[in-house]
Amino acid sequence: MRVLFKTDYNQDIQIAKHSGYVFWYGLLLLAVLAAPAVLDTYWINELTRVLIYALAGLGLMVVTGFTGQVSLGHAAFMAVGAYAHTFLMMQGVPFLLSLPLAALISGLIGLMIAIPASRMTGLYLTIASLAFAIVVEDVIIHWESVTGGNRGMAVDPPVLFGYMIFEAWEYYYIVLALLIGALALVLNVLRAPLGRAMLAVRDSEISAESLGIRVARTKVLAFMLSAALTGLAGGLFAHFIQFLSPETFGIILSIQLLLMIVVGGLGTVHGAIYGAILIGFLEASISILKDVLPPAIGNQPGLEPGLFGVILVLFIIFEPEGVYGRWVKLRTFLENFPFYRRNTFKRQRSYLKTERMR
Amino acid sequence: MSFFEIENLSLSFGGVKAVDDVSFRVTQGEVFTIVGPNGAGKSTIFNMISSFYAPNAGRITFKGTDITQARADAIARIGIARTFQNIELFEHSTVLQNLLIGREIHNRVPVLRQLFFDRGVRRAELAHRRKVEDVIDFLELAHYRNERIANLPYGVRKKIELGRALCVEPQLLLLDEPASGLNPEETEDMGFWIDDIKRDLGITVLMIEHDMSLVNEVSDRVLALNNGRVIAEGSAQEVQNHPQVVAAYLGGAA
Repeated sequence: MRVLFKTDYNQDIQIAKHSGYVFWYGLLLLAVLAAPAVLDTYWINELTRVLIYALAGLGLMVVTGFTGQVSLGHAAFMAVGAYAHTFLMMQGVPFLLSLPLAALISGLIGLMIAIPASRMTGLYLTIASLAFAIVVEDVIIHWESVTGGNRGMAVDPPVLFGYMIFEAWEYYYIVLALLIGALALVLNVLRAPLGRAMLAVRDSEISAESLGIRVARTKVLAFMLSAALTGLAGGLFAHFIQFLSPETFGIILSIQLLLMIVVGGLGTVHGAIYGAILIGFLEASISILKDVLPPAIGNQPGLEPGLFGVILVLFIIFEPEGVYGRWVKLRTFLENFPFYRRNTFKRQRSYLKTERMR
Repeated sequence: MSFFEIENLSLSFGGVKAVDDVSFRVTQGEVFTIVGPNGAGKSTIFNMISSFYAPNAGRITFKGTDITQARADAIARIGIARTFQNIELFEHSTVLQNLLIGREIHNRVPVLRQLFFDRGVRRAELAHRRKVEDVIDFLELAHYRNERIANLPYGVRKKIELGRALCVEPQLLLLDEPASGLNPEETEDMGFWIDDIKRDLGITVLMIEHDMSLVNEVSDRVLALNNGRVIAEGSAQEVQNHPQVVAAYLGGAA
């Protein structure tokens, strides 16, 4: 077990808390950088899908995991990002400019949604976000001059400094770089006043208000950041799937994103990544499984969403803290071995909250 | 101009008059305590000061400014911090993070710079940290600094909530039953701290409390409420011996 001797307040601000962080995350970075050299194209593509999911999940984590506002409409922000990016590229905007613009557009739409939505709480907000997703889907179908409607829209490969990106591994590196950038951004927010305000709003709005935190403003900012990150993921997803159609970004994708962050570990950055790995590879495994299973089971419609549902239920019952929570427990067990106390993570009865005033 | 004043404050919930025409003044630098049986309207007054409830009638003024209609998140900025009867800490965060959240109103760094955590953000964070460490020293919380709230016992949480309110650096501190749920030893410590807050930090304290030993020890003046109305005001002794107060607690002809 590592005991940290702290001599400087900066040690609590630093993202890498000690040499162990540098070592293990450095190793992970080397592994993901080296991955394309050893994997074939199919697996590079699967990995790229996981990275894009992780980026979208990170976006949803900002608003749901850190600010406590459950959104069932985040696929719509992916759609906005994807269509905005593709449309802008068709107008001749270069890839490197069009992608941040798409994220910005998605962020601004997030802002527009959040201003009325920040007055709602809990279930009402969730329903409103669901309604938003349905509206976006309809807009995509009917705004044919921009989105191609039901016919869909082909996405050209990205062009970077006059060089067209065709290879899977090239695109993998682009996605990886953007994911790392987004992670840095979110980690920065979490150690800054805004991040603390978000956690405060999640845990007790009353108390946050009494400390001078502007609750509505915090929710709006979180929503905007979240929508921008998810929109960025959408833009990247457009190149990945190469063809956009309205049903790509349906309710199933929204649920999948939510499932990801719950299974990964709600309220942690790690959770978004673990969830993306689990759900991303689950899709690949299911499609492999389908070939192995007898056709009577393998060809059942709804096999995938059914499995997602089962996994979600199992996690909520047996490990509400998600994969990351399980890992933290395992790590604590190993660190303290043989002195681990069985009840270390036992959930205690929480003390009575002040009666809710609204 | 008085430091803090409540004039003819009233609030009804349906047919129940929770607070009925209550007026009092708090002078700068004193500990002013409100006592009264359950349902007397004490916490309701606090919630009106915090702007969680809007009064039906009356005025609340702080240093000459009318704050009756102020937004709930503006109250801390004006210089009034509070604790809650049943503890409203951010349970999934550490003690240190909770105290840092108390620094919110002193934060001046724009959001865009927070995204990139530049030098200025770091400098501001370090300054906040030093202020928080002052409070940690003051309340002897060093031992718990990196614990998550969910893992701490009730008495310690009470202290942390007081610390978080102090991190706001208020001029007026509202304490809603600071000793409820504390054992006699912790209650005695709480008394010392309230005294220190008044003397060393120069913060005016408005407090709701049931524990009469604590009330006697720290209060400069006491106000007794019953059924939303003021029944007595004066020193701790005077109020405790007031016939209406005795009647309110023990029953009998009032």
